[in-house]
Amino acid sequence: MFSEEITQEVDAIVTRYPEAKSALLPLLHLLQREKGWVSPEGMKWAAERLDLSPAHVEGVVTFYSMYFTKPVGRNVIQLCRTLSCDIRGAQSIRKMIHDKIGIGPGETSSDEKYSLIEVECIGACGTAPAMMIGDSLHENLTPERVAAILDKVED
Amino acid sequence: MAAFEPLLTRIVGMENSRTLAVFEGEGGYKALKKGLKEFSPAEVTEEVKASQLRGRGGAGFPAGVKWGFLPSQEANPGPRYLVCNADESEPGTFKDRVILRDNPHLLLEGCILSSYALQANHCFIYIRGEYPEEAIILEKAVEEARAAGYVGTNILGSGFDLDIIVHRGAGAYICGEETALLESLEGKRGYPRIKPPFPAVVGLYGRPTVINNVETLACVPSIIERGADWFASIGPEKNTGPKLFCVSGHVERPGTYEGPMGMPLREVIDDLCGGVWKGRKLKAVIPGGSSTPVLTAEEAMSVNMDFDSLASVGSMLGSAAVIVLDETVDIVAAAANLMRFYHHESCGQCTPCREGTGWLEKILHRFEKGQGRAGEIEDMQDICDNIAFKTVCPLGDAARMPLEAFLQKFRGEFEARIAAGAGGSR
Repeated sequence: MFSEEITQEVDAIVTRYPEAKSALLPLLHLLQREKGWVSPEGMKWAAERLDLSPAHVEGVVTFYSMYFTKPVGRNVIQLCRTLSCDIRGAQSIRKMIHDKIGIGPGETSSDEKYSLIEVECIGACGTAPAMMIGDSLHENLTPERVAAILDKVED
Repeated sequence: MAAFEPLLTRIVGMENSRTLAVFEGEGGYKALKKGLKEFSPAEVTEEVKASQLRGRGGAGFPAGVKWGFLPSQEANPGPRYLVCNADESEPGTFKDRVILRDNPHLLLEGCILSSYALQANHCFIYIRGEYPEEAIILEKAVEEARAAGYVGTNILGSGFDLDIIVHRGAGAYICGEETALLESLEGKRGYPRIKPPFPAVVGLYGRPTVINNVETLACVPSIIERGADWFASIGPEKNTGPKLFCVSGHVERPGTYEGPMGMPLREVIDDLCGGVWKGRKLKAVIPGGSSTPVLTAEEAMSVNMDFDSLASVGSMLGSAAVIVLDETVDIVAAAANLMRFYHHESCGQCTPCREGTGWLEKILHRFEKGQGRAGEIEDMQDICDNIAFKTVCPLGDAARMPLEAFLQKFRGEFEARIAAGAGGSR
């Protein structure tokens, strides 16, 4: 499933823990990093690697909001919608994203460059409104700033 | 009282504050050297107990007392664990991020000293999945500390061994609840466990475990370095030490600020944050994260930011996440926004929480649109009553307590959505 290098990384993650089952979340993160999402095949791989049942792994994958069980765009935008962002203008940011790339929450652009997800509090309330694109945090957003940020996103 | 001297954020803002070189240059790891040389593990616990340090995650339980619940090695031989809760997810809360991002070695020093006190050879830092950059910073800091001999085997010649593992969550508010966190760390869904048994007795992998918040552990080095009495001299009695206040919403300068425990909320808002923005009037303040009952403007202007002061006005210090609401805020919309959060984040294990938060969200969204129905304020109260204290973990209560306060203190706004509404009868 993976290259020699990634297989070594997997082994290092599994042996880091006193009990191997703890490596499930890290392995799912790695799987998503490499494949873009957590496919049924990926879940089966993780279950076999950690000697867990496929049902257990699927239960875990679907419990946590950050694992994608369907393919997503190459850049996933996570826009915070919780109170502190909401009262500092998150809705105007959502509108700007829609105007700019034509997708609403839960949608992926037709060129598969972007997916937009509205998420709950991402811990950037003091610099609200905020969003993440991939692993990068973007804070103190205004519609103009969002437009400029999206212009710079590489494919 | 002497002028307040920041402890947790003193080096924040300095260039490369997250590196070992700068941290050591500013006196970092001195407490660790002192602790391992001059203190037995039990003496570290005693010092933390004497400091009256209370947990900064929200509940405010005395940290040293919590450590004292761990059974002795004689009574329960085998491994024990320290878990650092870096899963801050309570809406409004971003205080630990400052430590994780700009002062990670202070947290590590606290983790090492605390693990020594507990004689834990593994310390896990469970960091929320939405903090990937901070997780990398922490991992780098752990490697620096390992290379310097602060982590690993026979630390500083003390004979004490410790490994620190940074573990990333994957997006689940519930994993901030300590037993859900343990389940998650064991590779499972984050379903809270029934207590008792408490984690101090049956925790990670069924072994004695202490779970402490980032800010709590970051206080430990200064307690060891400067003494419990000195620490306890900051803030009011039984509410000791420095405190991070993270302020969001309608203030001129939102952000994370450090002050003494017990600082007046008015000073936090007006002096640290430059007051309510745009010259507007204050309407309400959520003082300690979204789960803590809202304060009216009048209450907010006269309360102090410590555990006991906020409890005395029927709210909580929580995570000291202050959300400031100005006069333009629609309280019904705010309540609906937060109830959507709790419904989304309910783990689904207990019926009153899973169903109750969903019903409340539906009703509140209708109220928001002016479609409330006569009798539904009473219905919401009834649903809250049926959630109260009937769930495995406090999430259900965390959802209904703030709503009850909104309904009580801003009832007129809810009633107006019935009067105006075309919602029909129930």
